[in-house]
Amino acid sequence: MSNVATKSHSELASVFNQDEPRVDWHDETLWWVRQKRDIQAHKLPEWELLRETASQIKNNVLSNLSEYLEQFEANAISNGIIVHWAANAEEHNKIVHRLLQERGINRMVKSKSMLTEECHLNEYLKEQGIDVIDSDLGERIVQLAGEPPSHIVLPCIHKKKEEIGDIFHEHLGSAKGESDPKILTETARQHLREVFLTRRAALTGVNFAIAETGEFVICTNEGNADMGAHLAEIHIASMGIEKIIPERKHLGVFLRLLTRSATGQPITTYSSHFKKPQQGTEIHIVIVDNGRSIQLGREDFRNSLKCIRCGACMNTCPVYRKSGGHSYHTAVAGPIGSILAPNLDMKKYADLPFASTLCGSCSNVCPVKIDIHDQLYKWRQVIVKEGYSPKAKTMAMKAMAFTLSSPALYRSGGKVGRLVFKYAPFAVNNRLNPWYKHREMPKAPEESFGEWYSKRKEEKK
Amino acid sequence: MSREKILAAVKKNQFTHAPLPDLEILSTLTATGDDLVQQYTSVASAGGSFVYEVKDLEAIKTILHKEFKPGVKIISGIQELGEYTYAGNVLEESSHSFADAELTILQSNLGVAENGALWLTESQMNIRVLPFISQHLAVVISKDALVPTMAQAYAQIGNADYSYGAFISGPSKTADIEQSLVIGAHGPRSLSVFILV
Repeated sequence: MSNVATKSHSELASVFNQDEPRVDWHDETLWWVRQKRDIQAHKLPEWELLRETASQIKNNVLSNLSEYLEQFEANAISNGIIVHWAANAEEHNKIVHRLLQERGINRMVKSKSMLTEECHLNEYLKEQGIDVIDSDLGERIVQLAGEPPSHIVLPCIHKKKEEIGDIFHEHLGSAKGESDPKILTETARQHLREVFLTRRAALTGVNFAIAETGEFVICTNEGNADMGAHLAEIHIASMGIEKIIPERKHLGVFLRLLTRSATGQPITTYSSHFKKPQQGTEIHIVIVDNGRSIQLGREDFRNSLKCIRCGACMNTCPVYRKSGGHSYHTAVAGPIGSILAPNLDMKKYADLPFASTLCGSCSNVCPVKIDIHDQLYKWRQVIVKEGYSPKAKTMAMKAMAFTLSSPALYRSGGKVGRLVFKYAPFAVNNRLNPWYKHREMPKAPEESFGEWYSKRKEEKK
Repeated sequence: MSREKILAAVKKNQFTHAPLPDLEILSTLTATGDDLVQQYTSVASAGGSFVYEVKDLEAIKTILHKEFKPGVKIISGIQELGEYTYAGNVLEESSHSFADAELTILQSNLGVAENGALWLTESQMNIRVLPFISQHLAVVISKDALVPTMAQAYAQIGNADYSYGAFISGPSKTADIEQSLVIGAHGPRSLSVFILV
């Protein structure tokens, strides 16, 4: 896929930025979610201890992952669950397709799974003639709009209710011009209830997989994962290898952190623990690597595998809030996505670690204490060293290094710069200069510090 | 085979052993002497649940009679409630046949004051889909079954061998359209919690 030229984060962000009222709304709404998170976090005096404990549990997981994976597999099998392993996205998609094909199933209902977005499962199954319907309301909306989710927890946060009304009018037959969220949600409820009742296969993601018991936990507010799974003959659960936690009691740490960080609720409406299949039905788990074992070997970046996908780093990020999820051109957007994506394809995602102010707010809200902004900074160094940095930036940096290495060039360059500012400001204050966007260039001083200093010395003599 | 390939790659790249942290402090931080009924009620109500303190099952029936018209399909996991269809008697029916259930009443033995969640296992649900497919859900719990936080909740669950279990903390909901909260996404449009005091 990397041979397809994609637009960079800044190019895509400038498209999003054309509609200023929408950007302001997006910015304010996500900041409101961030504030709801703060209220919940501040209610618990033990919040910081919870974060530290969660981070340490994940440290332990990453240091024993192969053993935990084997333990989880053995326990799941003894619970009557069938376990599959997929080295990459392609293998994952093929396993899912085979399971459906073997049972003569050509329609499936799916609840939220960012892993299947990463694997582009929907597109793959569509090519194989399999109809997939996303059942999370936000995901259903973006699916009908023909777009990917723009946020891992709030998939259609970039859309206004009037646009959603138009989509529902076209696809689900709601009244023209109807944009009341209550009525639109009821329309989706009726439409998806019929889907739940008629699909023989359901696919879900996995929030936590417990090595000790072989069970896995799925968290939703809507109840869509359960409606799909409990009414289907076959439930396929897709999980990345990093979803493992050692023991059931560790859920008592993670479930306290997850939703408080994500949406500012004390817990999701449903936290469902799947241990054994219902009588007469099957549960299959697909354990997916897709680059995760490589990330585990990158010492500076392995902590990114601690992520529990709460989205807090996106809600707090000034760049994410003002550029929108789609400008990251990857399944998981925002700060965490920007440290996960370069592991998969350093060239294609070379722009993402630069889509940050390195303010550190992401690291401060992360419930498992991932050093996100440090990793963004480290990725920049790796990307430049490997020669994947954006061309304009590379040229500018080279010119700068050349200028700074020659004192004479530095002095004359400074002089020229000051003259330009003074006599020809239009040469820099124009749209061709990317630095000028949303900025007024400063007034240039009459002389450089060096000139002032030597003049002062002359005067003192 | 991918299994061996993945496990070998993980084994090669995982780092020096990091020990598991102690969870003891977290489970003793919250005082259990607080008024858990009051805390539960305030958190669960904020999450959209209706919480009632009742003396006995008769009091529950009186409330349900007011809320639900006679003749609607009501399934109960509590045999003592008598007048409703006992879930234990319809185990053989297909999950799909409960699509027209108006109300399901279930018993929980574990509730969490910090987040309003109620623990239900498959044996208490009788049929897994019941608490999801029903238009409304009611859960009966004794006040002594409330614990302060998830730490005590998992201590109580221990290594119980359920086949399926869920914490349910309110009615089904979504805020996917412009972050406006809408109750009644795919599951129950209401959750009534009856605390036996």
